[in-house]
Amino acid sequence: MADNLKVEELDQVVVRFSGDSGDGMQLAGNIFSTISATVGNGICTFPDYPADIRAPQGSLTGVSGFQVSIAADKAFTPGDKCDVLVAMNPAALKTQYKFCKPTSSIIIDVDSFKKADLEKAQFEATDAAGAIAEMGIKQDVIEVPVTSMVKDVLADSGMDPKAMLKCRNMLALGLVCYIFNRDLSIAEKFLREKFAKKPAIAENNIKVIHAGYDFGANTHASVSHTYNVVSKQTPAKKGRYMDINGNKATAYGLIAAAEKAGLRLYLGSYPITPATDVLHELSKHKSLGVTTVQCEDEIAGCASALGASFAGALGVTSTSGPGICLKSEAMNLAVIMELPLVVIDVQRGGPATGLPTKSEQTDLLQCLFGRNGETPMPVIAATSPADCFESAYAACKIALEHMTPVVFMSDAYIANGSEAFKLPNLAEYPAINPPYVPESLKGTWTPYMRDERDVRYWAVPGREGFAHILGGLEKDSKTGAISTNPENHDLMCRLRQSKIDKIQVPDVEVEGDKDDADLLIVGFGGTYGHLHAAMDEMRAAGKKVALAHFRYINPLPKNTAEVMKKYKKVVVAEQNLGQFAAFLRMKVDGFAPAQFNEVKGQPFVVSELVAAFNKLI
Amino acid sequence: MSEYTAKDYKKGQPRWCPGCGDHFFLASLHKAMAEIGVAPHNVAVISGIGCSSRLPHYMATYGMNTIHGRAAAIATGCKVSNPNLSVWQISGDGDGLAIGGNHFIHANRRNIDLKMILLNNRIYGLTKGQYSPTSPRGFVSKSSPYGTVEDPFRPAELCFGARGHFFARAVATDAEGTVNILKSAHAHKGAAVCEILQNCVIFNDGTHEAVYTKEGRAKNAIYLKHGEKMVFGENNEFGLVQEGFGVKVVTIGQDGYTMDDVLVHDAHCEDNTLQLKLAMMEYPVALGVIRDVEAPTYDDAVNAQIEEVKAAKKYHNFAELLETNDTWEVK
Ligand SMILES: Cc1ncc(C[n+]2csc(CCOP(=O)(O)OP(=O)(O)O)c2C)c(N)n1
Ligand code: SF4
Ligand SMILES: [Mg+2]
Repeated sequence: MADNLKVEELDQVVVRFSGDSGDGMQLAGNIFSTISATVGNGICTFPDYPADIRAPQGSLTGVSGFQVSIAADKAFTPGDKCDVLVAMNPAALKTQYKFCKPTSSIIIDVDSFKKADLEKAQFEATDAAGAIAEMGIKQDVIEVPVTSMVKDVLADSGMDPKAMLKCRNMLALGLVCYIFNRDLSIAEKFLREKFAKKPAIAENNIKVIHAGYDFGANTHASVSHTYNVVSKQTPAKKGRYMDINGNKATAYGLIAAAEKAGLRLYLGSYPITPATDVLHELSKHKSLGVTTVQCEDEIAGCASALGASFAGALGVTSTSGPGICLKSEAMNLAVIMELPLVVIDVQRGGPATGLPTKSEQTDLLQCLFGRNGETPMPVIAATSPADCFESAYAACKIALEHMTPVVFMSDAYIANGSEAFKLPNLAEYPAINPPYVPESLKGTWTPYMRDERDVRYWAVPGREGFAHILGGLEKDSKTGAISTNPENHDLMCRLRQSKIDKIQVPDVEVEGDKDDADLLIVGFGGTYGHLHAAMDEMRAAGKKVALAHFRYINPLPKNTAEVMKKYKKVVVAEQNLGQFAAFLRMKVDGFAPAQFNEVKGQPFVVSELVAAFNKLI
Repeated sequence: MSEYTAKDYKKGQPRWCPGCGDHFFLASLHKAMAEIGVAPHNVAVISGIGCSSRLPHYMATYGMNTIHGRAAAIATGCKVSNPNLSVWQISGDGDGLAIGGNHFIHANRRNIDLKMILLNNRIYGLTKGQYSPTSPRGFVSKSSPYGTVEDPFRPAELCFGARGHFFARAVATDAEGTVNILKSAHAHKGAAVCEILQNCVIFNDGTHEAVYTKEGRAKNAIYLKHGEKMVFGENNEFGLVQEGFGVKVVTIGQDGYTMDDVLVHDAHCEDNTLQLKLAMMEYPVALGVIRDVEAPTYDDAVNAQIEEVKAAKKYHNFAELLETNDTWEVK
């Protein structure tokens, strides 16, 4: 084993698994991150799927990547670049090499670098060495005969050759586990559980992982030393964890909120990348009474969710930007009917169909304002995969307690990325109390009577004595009858606005050098990890920097203006052309921040953020 | 006997034009509701936008007058999540078949237990007189001053094409016929389309003239009743017989046709071929329940599946759901 090799301790390391779509890179990456999380490392993952479902095998467009960063403490981002790149075929090497640092190690399956494979990836070279030269790669390349080793190991397994090839990812995983001193027993447990119904498959995969590990040990994997990322233990970290991505956390947040409120959860949805997994996840959990209806379009998804809310359920609809366009009329109806509704927008690149699998924050103004009339709507933007749980829960609580539609914003990056998620104890979460009309109001109640928060009461059909009509036409503030009275309309517009303004949201927290920062970084939603990492890097270099990252966009936290005005220099960094900055300028008198904007469909690159922010100080 | 009277379902003062067919229909709906006897607080009446969609305002039930075209979709969420409610959708021909056409066909395809009332005046009333998807080819309106150059939908055809299991038709002024089909629609479990031939006195007066009066119906309409011979005319002198692939009007006792040749109506027949032919006739206009076939409903199936999965799976609350995941402990 690695006894005579030096083990280097690291605070953070980034591994990128890449191969053909069918090579199982997502699974290998997932297992690796789970093993690391299990030993207490912080993890942050970024699955980078190809846009094509079944691109030709071995082609440049068919490469699937999975990047994971493991850290001694919290991993804020999946890392700009990787320390180890696994490339299972020439196409992967060609397209993923750009994620390497000068010091990276690259692992390739040398068996898949035959002439034909290289041609598919448009190489001139006819073998691995030639390909490496052709690309001018200077880093260490560990040439591993993955395919032939897998065939050897499984020779007696009775598997057909095609099935054997499916295990190539496990060989690579075994080798990576060797390099990073990861304990294989956790991988074994993972595989035995995953293939509980097919134990033979589990055992064969385990054999292959060990072969990969032993290959590393026996050959010292052509590396001079192996690495370890020791986990830093803090009391706050104690507890039970699972790995979760943003879409799953969103679904869990909705389930938790419905349970807390004692309501049926109804999801009306129409499939759209990258939001579909919310529909998939919720559709699984019928044993919790979750109702999912895959509607004929987004219009019906939203409209039916509103119908469900009218009927006394927690109505939710999930989509991405193009779907929000279609839902906006029914969202408006929810505003004027003053019914609870949660609208989930997992943002992707736009306009129109745009970049379906890529991530942006370009729907912000659409979510805030993209409707006719005066239609104030709370907007909450989740800040990380695990935060999707908290934010979805908060969105439901506001919708139900304030009788309003709420937009919950996420994005492709946090929706697909994952991190360790401390199992929440629902008993510790705040209660959710919808304002049901009290029985004592029977006889005097009208639909638009309000409490001190300007919230109207909820009378669910089936209750005797409270039959009423709601609708899209303006209503008299007192009687609830249709009204075109100008004074009444003005009053109703103000009441609907005031109801939203009165929602209590927590103050925005300032992290870092909160008292004496020379630069305040401001962001919202899914960029939290990258902005935090940029701040950390700058502070480590001796700069005074703070971060104010927003989850509550509408209404803004009460301390927003105070925070925005406290620092000499403020930069609003976002993945759009300045939408949040524009909103802040509208809400904070005289606010004139610097801006960092990028609309590339890719996560921020921390080194680029740092370079740009340094110029501002 | 129901414990309710029509008055228990009545509210407010309708604001439709005097003579508008919607007034007649509303009175029949109140009457039918009373006879059906579902308590007003267990009824939800959901409409889109249009003159006809004002109707829920005149019902002492729960209701929503929503946005143009979306009534069926909104009603779907309502019924699926609260199956105890009796849910009625009110739409005009524009609301239900133009902007809401997609929801109309999918509600029928899914067979959601909605009572889908289509007030067909072959015009856009509320927006003051544009042609609708049920206006005949060549129809002259404000938006088609030289006549339309498109063919209309015929609601029955659309309903059947979407695998609808219930279709009935009545004339707004025919209280008895309307009450009858509304009661049948309620009795039918599943999507039940009731086409109401309704006159817009302002923008399309006379569109259903041939059958709008009692006398007219005696001559030009046939009341279909399941299990009964298809006869019509002032003295029941005419009958419908099958000829080749079609249905034909004959005078009973003439040309060798006897009562034995006259078809017996079968609303329950799974195969909708003949029912469609009846629904599409222009003379006589078929009234009554044309198709009424039992089928599993979507709302029942959704809720039954939830119960099945509850019985099959071991996790039933959020805490148990968390336990279905791989977890690890940080000590
Ligand atoms: C989104 C939207 N588009 C258009 C309209 C305008 N509009 C209101 S009702 C209507 C047509 C009504 O016709 P129909 O549904 O047949 O009802 P009727 O008035 O004839 O009873 C139109 C075009 C609207 N309210 N909303
Ligand atoms: S315009 Fe026509 S449909 Fe509308 S209320 Fe008047 S008569 Fe009825
Ligand atoms: Mg009409």
